[in-house]
Amino acid sequence: MSPANAQRLRPADEAQAAAFVLDAGKQKLRLEIVGGGTRRGLGRPFYGDAELSSQALNGIDFYEPAEMVIGAKAGTPLSVIEAAIAAHGQILPFEPMDARSLYRWVGEPTLGGLIGGNISGPRRISAGAARDCVLGLRLVNGRGQIIKTGGRVMKNVTGLDLVRLNCGAMGTLGFITQAIVKLAPKPEAEATVVIRRLDDAKAVAAMAIALGSPWSLSGAAHLSAGMGRDFPRSFFRLEGFADSVAARRDKLIEALKDFGAKHAVEGDASARLWRAIRDVEFLSEPKERAIWRISVAPSNGPKLIAALGPMALAHFYDWGGGLIWLAAAPTPEVAGAIRAALVPLGGQATLMRAQDSLRERVEVYQPLSPALLEISRGIKASFDPDGVLNAGRMYAEF
Amino acid sequence: MSQIAFPAIDSSIVARRDAIVAGLAALVPPECLIASEVERRAFETDGLTAYRRLPLAVVLPQTTAQVAAIMRFCRDSAVNVVPRGAGTSLSGGAIPQEDAIVLGLSKMSRILDINLADRTARVQAGVTNLAITDAVAADGFFYAPDPSSQLACTIGGNIGMNSGGAHCLRYGVTSNNILGLQAVTLNGDIVELGGAHLDASGFDLMGLLIGSEGQLAVVTEATVRLLRSAEGARPVLFGFDGVEDAAQCAAAIMASGITPVAMEYMDRPAIEICEAFAHAGYPLDVEAMLIVEAEGSEAEIDSQLARIGAIAKAHRVKVVRQSMSAMESAQIWKGRKSAFGATGRIADYICMDGTVPTSRLPEALRRTGEICAAHALRVANVFHAGDGNMHPLILYNVNDPAQQALAEDAGNEILKMCVELGGCLTGEHGVGIEKRDLMRSQFNQVDLEQQMRVRAVFDPAWRLNPAKVFPFDARSGL
Repeated sequence: MSPANAQRLRPADEAQAAAFVLDAGKQKLRLEIVGGGTRRGLGRPFYGDAELSSQALNGIDFYEPAEMVIGAKAGTPLSVIEAAIAAHGQILPFEPMDARSLYRWVGEPTLGGLIGGNISGPRRISAGAARDCVLGLRLVNGRGQIIKTGGRVMKNVTGLDLVRLNCGAMGTLGFITQAIVKLAPKPEAEATVVIRRLDDAKAVAAMAIALGSPWSLSGAAHLSAGMGRDFPRSFFRLEGFADSVAARRDKLIEALKDFGAKHAVEGDASARLWRAIRDVEFLSEPKERAIWRISVAPSNGPKLIAALGPMALAHFYDWGGGLIWLAAAPTPEVAGAIRAALVPLGGQATLMRAQDSLRERVEVYQPLSPALLEISRGIKASFDPDGVLNAGRMYAEF
Repeated sequence: MSQIAFPAIDSSIVARRDAIVAGLAALVPPECLIASEVERRAFETDGLTAYRRLPLAVVLPQTTAQVAAIMRFCRDSAVNVVPRGAGTSLSGGAIPQEDAIVLGLSKMSRILDINLADRTARVQAGVTNLAITDAVAADGFFYAPDPSSQLACTIGGNIGMNSGGAHCLRYGVTSNNILGLQAVTLNGDIVELGGAHLDASGFDLMGLLIGSEGQLAVVTEATVRLLRSAEGARPVLFGFDGVEDAAQCAAAIMASGITPVAMEYMDRPAIEICEAFAHAGYPLDVEAMLIVEAEGSEAEIDSQLARIGAIAKAHRVKVVRQSMSAMESAQIWKGRKSAFGATGRIADYICMDGTVPTSRLPEALRRTGEICAAHALRVANVFHAGDGNMHPLILYNVNDPAQQALAEDAGNEILKMCVELGGCLTGEHGVGIEKRDLMRSQFNQVDLEQQMRVRAVFDPAWRLNPAKVFPFDARSGL
């Protein structure tokens, strides 16, 4: 976070944003890119000479319900977008998490922020990540140039895909000013099949069967004992038209009956459950624990947890076992053990929450191979040769 | 008379041909190197057959290590490289020229690993698209993107172009179905991007490489996402008297919240061409037709098709025909998927690939017809209606240079119209050489320079597929 006396730049439009960046480059200033400020605790500790905020870039530019596409300025609060599209029975397909439960309930999630972080939730396994749903972006690169990439149509392979490159780049390549996003119809109904008391390995096996079934799951998660109940629970979500959900629910219970599947929760109860999973509410406290977000091949999830032994203080699985949310002691030793355990298994770990002191000492994002580091450094330079935009927030080298 | 320009041939490369061939011969077994003119002819073009250029040599490596050695050699020897999968590109993405070698991946065609528990397969780049599905179909799985050329085209080529297909409406295009890549840079570095897990850390270099048209690196292996097949699927044909009714019906179906697995549009000329070829039972007394496919259990399909049928009725549908058997469904899809081949039997054609917002489809179709009529050319429209990805097939005679020029001119006008309506030049075929000089209609110089600076991170000397994507006159001033 930038010092309290740092200048706060709040461009009113794209042209002014470009002028601010150009000026910062001339003065050799480092800008901290800020959206709604909910995830300022993510990334390497960052001290900008000034903040560049999207706060004043606010508003929906167009919304075509019939085409299921919306374009809005980067600083538009997510709540505004969700309210507008809910009025037409639509949703953001990738189910972005609200990270505030992890941090300190400050700030307001914005469109630009969730794109910069490539923030996706449980439905990522069926609907894709945030970056799969972003059709087009406008951004200001570190040279103070306004760049347009992508567009507003569903299929577009014209030129290099700079949209994906900027989704998840945490503002290190460009200050996003506008985004165009693909929407989905809100499912008419949802149901979640629940199985109790499976151990991790059995739960992941059950989720593999469910996700490998023809019944189109939109969520598969496994909570440990102590997360809402004093026994472990596995959840399998089905969404769609009510008749279809009911039929698939019954078939899924039948297919998983050897695992103990008997019943399902429906409607609001199901929605509340998945919101808690999405927002990692079960690991919110205690705040001094480090929180890791680990992506592996689903069948490797339980292997990773087994390899960590008692270092895994609390954990749960999303994405059928492929996403592990892990609470651990905030020490470099544990960070080293997690990264070491990933070497034979493949995958990546991000330190989502920890005190600045730990994030200064360990890599927050998965370390890159020398070849990928060199390419990444080149890409950073191609957008931002002087390191004006969030330089060092993801990796120290760029 | 060819309208699309190629870069001037670098005579200093051509002059070193013998040494280059000898250098390549030291890197691969003899059966992997093609130097004779008659054999090189097979690689002079791709699906854009109006353009043909003979490569300097063709090398068909068998291993990633060989690819790395070839790339390093070409960088050190300052030789241009044109990567090639099966050579089915419709935009000229694999067309070489005399100062370039073709680096073909066709010998790297093995499926390395199938993991049904994690629903992934690791394959070499030269494996064909359909071979992946064939390998897992008995277990009830499939690889989703299904370009019409899926019998021949390779996964490496699909990655290069970010290919789509009819069923991408529900399951996404190539970039949504690839989890990991192994690629070789011009430096000869072998890089691993992503893996069997989702969402790799750092910049999305995999997303950048997918659809980069062989300009950044050569993909040698991929980890693809496998999906479980639905319990069943059933296409329905809806015939309309009015072109606009059909287009509006397609938009209305999407807007209703139903996402069919596929929704394909064909106009009267396309119906006639495909029916004559495939005998699919298409209605011949309509101006336009939609093929809409629903999937799931029998009950789910019935329920979805009832909703879709009601929308079609509201759009004055004239003929409704549901497939009654798997064989009938296969015939219906055979007709659609053979559209390009069937058209090729009656005339030469160029296939446009512009995409427009679905609400603008009626207007785009009307203007496409007007543009072709003004050029005195016939056009058949067959395309992915659900996502607005149009494929007007402009019919002409390739042996008549004046007609070829007219056809290309009409195509360019259609693509500019797509951009003007809020769309783009290419939805799934890639820019290649074909649309290179139109890039300025979609991007300004600043946009293009940012893309080219990213390109330069991988290939500062413009060695990799250099004739493609970026207009020549945009290439200075980086």
